[in-house]
Amino acid sequence: MRSEATKGLTLSAPATLYVGFLVAAPLAILVAYSLWTQTYVSVDRTPTLANYREAFTDPLVRHLMIRSILIAATVTIATVALAYPIAYFIALRAERKTLWLLLITIPFWSSYLLRVFAWKLILGFNGVMNSALLGLGLIDEPLTFLLYNEFAVVLTLAHAWAPFAILPIYVSIQKIDLSLLEAATDLGNGPVQRFLRVTLPLTIPGIIAACLIIFIPTVGDYVTPSLVGGSDGKMIANLIQVQFGAANNWPLGATLSLLAMMSVGFVAILFVLSSTSLGRRIR
Amino acid sequence: MKRPNGLAVYAFLYLVFLYLPVLFLPLFSFNDGTIVAFPIKGWTLEWYRQLAGQETLIQALMNSFLVGFVASLLATSMGLFAARAYVRYRFRGKKASEGLVMLPLVIPGIIVASSMLVLFISIGIKPSLTAVALGHTFLALPFSVSIMKSAFDDFDPSLEEAAFDLGSGVIETFRRVTLPIVAPGIVASLLVTFTVSFDEFVLAFFLSGNQPTLPVYIWSQIRFPAKLPNTLALGSLLLLASVALLVVAEYFRRRSTKSTI
Repeated sequence: MRSEATKGLTLSAPATLYVGFLVAAPLAILVAYSLWTQTYVSVDRTPTLANYREAFTDPLVRHLMIRSILIAATVTIATVALAYPIAYFIALRAERKTLWLLLITIPFWSSYLLRVFAWKLILGFNGVMNSALLGLGLIDEPLTFLLYNEFAVVLTLAHAWAPFAILPIYVSIQKIDLSLLEAATDLGNGPVQRFLRVTLPLTIPGIIAACLIIFIPTVGDYVTPSLVGGSDGKMIANLIQVQFGAANNWPLGATLSLLAMMSVGFVAILFVLSSTSLGRRIR
Repeated sequence: MKRPNGLAVYAFLYLVFLYLPVLFLPLFSFNDGTIVAFPIKGWTLEWYRQLAGQETLIQALMNSFLVGFVASLLATSMGLFAARAYVRYRFRGKKASEGLVMLPLVIPGIIVASSMLVLFISIGIKPSLTAVALGHTFLALPFSVSIMKSAFDDFDPSLEEAAFDLGSGVIETFRRVTLPIVAPGIVASLLVTFTVSFDEFVLAFFLSGNQPTLPVYIWSQIRFPAKLPNTLALGSLLLLASVALLVVAEYFRRRSTKSTI
């Protein structure tokens, strides 16, 4: 009989190696590509920092990167703030928890592309929302600020990522020892004080998890800005896709991918550090 | 704790926000008009009927099935072994490995897609269904691992020990004890990972080359206003298929685990 450790390693090896390879190898090749340059049809493999220079000096890149991060941050804050009461309700108040959790997660399993597409139809000039409002006599002419801007991107993303925010917060509320809440009440805390001093600090890990789960993928979202963003709502992913597609400049695309990844990582680390220290201070 | 509950009202409104936008797709797919706006002109099944005759659509559907089948099989078999290792054994690097296999969940889609395209080209895999299936396996693995982990969590190891003590070999024990107990988990994992692959767009968009999967086909149709009613009908069918698959998966997942989440 082989040892426990050998068995564990052997069994987990295929998954670990598969994911490890598909994370590490593309990363290495992206780094290599980012140091090369595109010359018409071929790639010049002389190492150079030209792509980085271009990415850092091009105002469009900076603009799209900052906008992507701001949009993702707005989506994250909105989604988590809207989700917290639901998670709280399901964990502490709802009678049929499983049913609620199922209801919350079902929309997530519908195709992401189709959910975004639905918003495009709803917000359009001749779309569902405008025609309904016109029909009800609430407006005289179609609203034009609904589609093809940052607002549409934020709304669509907040809708698409909602379930992701609820689950981690739900789990962290579920873990709270209810006797702590009773103790707070017995010691004279009102509901608001009790929430701020006991419930909220104890659920900070869940909030952090929810924020990261939403923030990281939304920075690099491609579908939503493409369908509902118009020219005012484009994000960094659109520019990356253009480099790999129409512009056919893979080295620049690789550079932008890497820079996007680094910015996301940087903001995420900053966020985790600041929120954990904030959590400690509340307690 | 019964009082006129503001939270419950909020929760209800939240569900409306979650479901209403998606429900417009099926609603307007039956609309007898080409513009997606109120009022509904009349009811028709014409848009659905037209779908059946579209060759490229059928081909895209077959591509999606093939990719989903391969990806779910690969992800579930790797997930099955890995989950067993994580739940049952203690070994060096276990935490790191568990964290690593969850990574595909949190890398932005565009970065996974662009970096895999570059990798596959470099190692000689042309954009194709093979490339998409390999990529979807990567994306689906975290789902498989977490489903299989909860299946193994509720598995009493003494059952296997008993089988060994009674003289069963490793293979026989696996076939007659382990497999039947975790089978619902395996089915749930296959269905969930299939759905993940079936609905995935960005990676397929980068890697499918000239063999579009269904979401890539839908993407190509979205830009043609004339095709809108057909796209709605197709989208509604896809929604229905995903939800149906998930409800079945949920049923099996419940059977595989005692936990309520």
